[in-house]
Amino acid sequence: MTDLLTLAFSAFLVQNIILNQFLGICSFLGVSNKRDKALGMGLAVFFVITLSGMVTWTIYWKLLYPDLIFMRTIVFILVVAAMVQILEMAIKKFSPALYKSLGVYLPLITTNCAVLGVALLNIQNGFTFSEMVVFSAFTSLGYTAIIIVFSYIREQMLKAPIPAGFKGIPSGLIAASIMALLFKGFVGLI
Amino acid sequence: MAKKRITPKDNIIKGLIKENPTFVLILGMCPTLGVTTSLENGLGMGLSVLFVLILTNALIALIRNIVPSDIRIPVYIVVIALVVTLLEWLLQAFIPDLYSALGIFLPLIVVNCIILGRAEAYASENTIFDSVFDAIGMGLGFTLGLSTLSFVRELLGTGSVNLLGFTLFDASVAATFLVQPPGAFLTLGLIVGIINTVKIGKQKKKKAELAIKIAAAKAKKAAKEVILSKEVLVND
Repeated sequence: MTDLLTLAFSAFLVQNIILNQFLGICSFLGVSNKRDKALGMGLAVFFVITLSGMVTWTIYWKLLYPDLIFMRTIVFILVVAAMVQILEMAIKKFSPALYKSLGVYLPLITTNCAVLGVALLNIQNGFTFSEMVVFSAFTSLGYTAIIIVFSYIREQMLKAPIPAGFKGIPSGLIAASIMALLFKGFVGLI
Repeated sequence: MAKKRITPKDNIIKGLIKENPTFVLILGMCPTLGVTTSLENGLGMGLSVLFVLILTNALIALIRNIVPSDIRIPVYIVVIALVVTLLEWLLQAFIPDLYSALGIFLPLIVVNCIILGRAEAYASENTIFDSVFDAIGMGLGFTLGLSTLSFVRELLGTGSVNLLGFTLFDASVAATFLVQPPGAFLTLGLIVGIINTVKIGKQKKKKAELAIKIAAAKAKKAAKEVILSKEVLVND
């Protein structure tokens, strides 16, 4: 149990997927300029990462291992794409309100490297099923948390007198750098 | 169609400078930040993407008329995944050091926005010949971006560049934080910011020159009118 807690904490803060592993940066820079957009994207990514993590892990160890492991890249990306499609249809059918807020972000997630990245990390780190679920869930929660916090910072930055050349993405990257520095402080905790 | 034909040279310059994927379009950020801790890795990643981009652009341009447009994106993704798998085999067999250095970012080339972006925006509408040169331009642009970033980070972060074999200063006084994650964000942010500032400065200069020209033309016109009105007066 303590192992799982440590893993969760490490996935959420210490090895934060955006600030430490550099996965999902495109969407991080793309949607983190508005609060509601960030929340929608964060939730959608949480669902897709957790579900596709379970499916890819099962497929890898039950079907592909040990003869077909070279197929993992192709299989995983297909699983992620299918997952996103199914989730989109399911949400549309069962909760039109949720679809309205999440719908636009779902197709973008297929090419979000965080999703495929977590699926591959699950295999690379040799996790058991429960470890994999905890890792996927907390990694994607880490993504959601950062993207929401960052959207607040960027809204404040809009009001700041930043030189024209540094407006938008360059100043966003520099702010992310400061945040990554802060997160290095968590390393000592484990 | 009166569209001007784009020469291979234009295509390459477009990818390298005008639409540089790293510094202008800000695409493919994950590997850009993740692997640029040393020039070797940055260059390796850039060339890997170049390889994948040339093959996928050529393949997609080849099948662009067969694939129904409704399912084109999944088809493109499968093509890209196939090429990336091929690259994984090649690197694992011939350059195992690079294979392990790039780690998870190698299979993640599949979801690199540059590749799907070029497939969708260029290769799906152009001939194989043009698409290959577009791929070369974009791939070289990406390589240039990654090598610049990794060169700066490795040089200032460790004091020396391993691949080129020279040392600027001792590692003990180097800014180690530049080769760690925060340094990646900082270096890229500063480089893009400086490029934007230079660009804005150039545009201002151009505008100022134009304004001077307009002012000169206006003054000339006014002088002409004065002369004309004088002539009218004289004639009267």
